[in-house]
Formats: sequence, C-alpha cells, structure tokens
Amino acid sequence: MIDKTVADVPAALADVEDGATVLIGGFGESGSPIELIHGLIDQGARELTVVSNNTGNGHVGLAALIQAKRVAKMVCSYPRSSHSKVFPELYRKGEIELELVPQGTLAERIRAGGAGIPAFFTPTAAGTVLAEGKEEREFDGRRYVMERAIRGDLALVRAEAGDRFGNLTFYKAGRNFGPIMCMAAKCAVVQVRRIVEAGELDPEEVVTPGIFVDRVVEVPEPAHESQLIAQGASYP
Amino acid sequence: MTERPNRLGLSRAQMAWRAAQDIPDGAYVNLGIGIPELVAAHVPEGREVVYHTENGILGFGDAPPPGEEDPDLINAGKKPVTLLPGAAFFHHADSFAMIRGGHIDYCILGAMQVAANGDIANWSTGAEGAIPAVGGAMDLVAGVRHVLVITEHTTREGEPKLLERCTYPLTAPGVVSRVFSSFGVIDVTPEGFLLKEIAPGVSLDQVAAATAAPIRAARDLKEVAAPAIEKEAAGA
Repeated sequence: MIDKTVADVPAALADVEDGATVLIGGFGESGSPIELIHGLIDQGARELTVVSNNTGNGHVGLAALIQAKRVAKMVCSYPRSSHSKVFPELYRKGEIELELVPQGTLAERIRAGGAGIPAFFTPTAAGTVLAEGKEEREFDGRRYVMERAIRGDLALVRAEAGDRFGNLTFYKAGRNFGPIMCMAAKCAVVQVRRIVEAGELDPEEVVTPGIFVDRVVEVPEPAHESQLIAQGASYP
Repeated sequence: MTERPNRLGLSRAQMAWRAAQDIPDGAYVNLGIGIPELVAAHVPEGREVVYHTENGILGFGDAPPPGEEDPDLINAGKKPVTLLPGAAFFHHADSFAMIRGGHIDYCILGAMQVAANGDIANWSTGAEGAIPAVGGAMDLVAGVRHVLVITEHTTREGEPKLLERCTYPLTAPGVVSRVFSSFGVIDVTPEGFLLKEIAPGVSLDQVAAATAAPIRAARDLKEVAAPAIEKEAAGA
C-alpha cells in the first residue's frame, strides 16, 4: 500500500545529508514551511545549499537555519527585507555565499529541473550584470540568456491538505514556489494543515499530484513567522 | 517617502492619476512598489482592470480592514490584500510565464534612472557593500508588453533621473516606452525623450535643466490635466 504520510517532522527529515541542496518554499512568510525548517535545524545537516526566494526574517525559520551556520550558500532573488538581519550580517563577513537570480528565472529553473529540461533561454537579465559569464543567443532578433535547471536533494514545502498518495491542495498565495519545488526535488517533504483520507480530495482540486511528493506530515496549526517575530521568538 | 510641500510639479497622487488614464479597459496590469501602487485608486470609472502580483494572484484588491489580514494573502511588496470577484491563484512558474510570455499588458514601475534609449535601472545602485537584491524587476521589464515608469523627475538631492545613459546597473536595456514624472509625460522615442505633456507651473527650461539628456517638446505639447488630489493616505 502506498502511504507517504509520516508520523512527525523528525521522522520526515531523519536522513538529510550534509551538503544537500534544499529547496525551501515560501515568499517571505507566506507559504514558508517553518516547522519543517525548524526540524531541519534539529536534524543537524550542515553545509547546505538553500534555494528559496528570500533569506528569512528575525531569528526563526529560514533566518534561524542560516544563523545556526547550516547554510553554505543561498540561491535566491531577494535576500533583503525589513526584518532580515541574519543573512546580511553573514554575507558582509563573507561567511555565506550568494547566487542572486531574478525571481522568474529562479522559478523557471526550478520548474525546468522538475520537468527534465537541463537548460533554457530567457530574455530576463539579457544585457545586465546578472547575465555576465552566461551563454547568450539571439532568437528572432532578440538576445536571450541561457539558464541551467535547478534540482534539489530535498524540498520543504507547506500545503493545505494532503492524502496518503501525496496529493496536495494549497492555501491562497501560500502556494507560490511549493508545486514546482515538489517537482524538482529527489525527496519532497510537505507539511500540511490536515491529512485527509484518500478520495477525500476532489481530483479536480488537486494542485500537486502525489507523484511529485514523497513525504507528508501533518502540522495542524503552523506558526506564522511575523507573529513569532512580534513575540521576539528565536529558534532553537 | 513623504510628500514634500512646495515641490515643483505634480504630486505623487497626480502622477499616479495621470498614469492611470493610460490603462485601457480590460488590461492585465502589474504595479510596482511605491508610487505605482497608487495607480489602482485612479483608474477611470467604467474600466475594468485585473491586477497581477508576482507571488501568484490575479484579481486582488485593496488592503483588508485592520484585524482581517491573512499572511498568505499578500502582494509582491508583502503587504496584505483582498480578493476581487474573478480572482485566481497560481504557482510562481505560471506567474512568471504570464510576465515573460507577454500576457501582462502593462507594468508600471518606479525607477532610479531611465535613459533616452529606454534603458532602465531600478534594482541596484551598484554601491560597494550593499546586499544585491533583484526580485522580479528584471523579469517584469523584459517580459511585459508596455513598461511605464512613474518617478519624481529628479532625486531628493535634485540630481536628474532621466539621463543620456544610465550610470547604475541596468534592469534591462531599451524597454521603457513612457515616463510619468513630476514634470510631465515623457515618451521614449527612437530620437530620445519627447515631452508630450508638461505639469502645470513647470517651464520647458526647468524640464530641460532637470533632464541630463536632450528632451524635445512635442508639437502638440499639452498641460497635464491632473485634478487637485487630496494628499494620499500616509504609508501608501
């Protein structure tokens, strides 16, 4: 019998290896799988390459993972925000590497990774410093930049509901990078607000089919990063 | 950004009003952070416009009343929004397919610099030690069909923002078609800047003096017909 549900967060993350590439969903706190990130801190893997749109806020979630010195390199589009302190400090000290990628290129590199496309050409960044060192080609009179696909060893994603097959629904704009990150990772681990019986999700409503998902763990009341920050929380 | 009294030319709200007049009925529009966010409030009665945000919503509306914010219902500026009838959610790769694929009709952005050849710089000053962050800026200007800029005509220090060539790192070359500045409406043409409309109380000499590139006045130069608009809400 197929059953991708796991008992708890530690069980979902027990085998993460040092040096892994980890795709972490979320746009700011929206869709951020904060309990899974905290689980990864507890699990202890080091020298990670993390692919995520931002670099976290305050001292919880992704910022806490970075603060715990588990991340060697960030691949992201926007490593700054009003409450982002941890990454900028380490970056200025040269203690963390940054690969800056335009947001749409980041999304398409991940999608391509999940779709078996090793590289693609995009007009984004052509003629800018972010295209330096990259192959360029002209199609129909316009310049395009070649971008390589991104694949992850692990994806950490937050969704709304999931079943034992790994089928997922999402909640509002929390969907953001979740579906494509599930596609692009060898092992996609998803925290859902509720695990439902197989057959309970209307197939018409399934956003991510279970084929892209490896582990589903229920976190009924996920914390909101902004509330934790307002409380002055830090992790661990 | 606060409105300074006695500043020459159009107010922020008046610039937004003028830009809004150019948005046709039925357009799909992406508004940047800052003054462009004010455009939605000024679209003429009777025109239906669908707003896109990079993090995966089409058809969002104003901020919700205090206490009804949802951390998973935000715009690209990470501010809470509401949904309008006909709204849709989608993942990040689809969101940027809308942008890169030419499905979004207009993007209205702020800019640090715009050049007479349509180059735009709005993501980095290239300053030593700054944390580089690009977000979706390069994808938008490379992909959206009409790239419009709203900006004060000069910096706070009075330095020109409309130049012969940008000195900051480019967001994209040759993409801007029109600038709504505090001094008027300026088209980017194959022959450089063309002043189509001028703000009340501003002289042609003042425009020329504040522009670091040749700027011609259109043969049918008009005065911007901006209404007196109440000062926009604080923090907008």
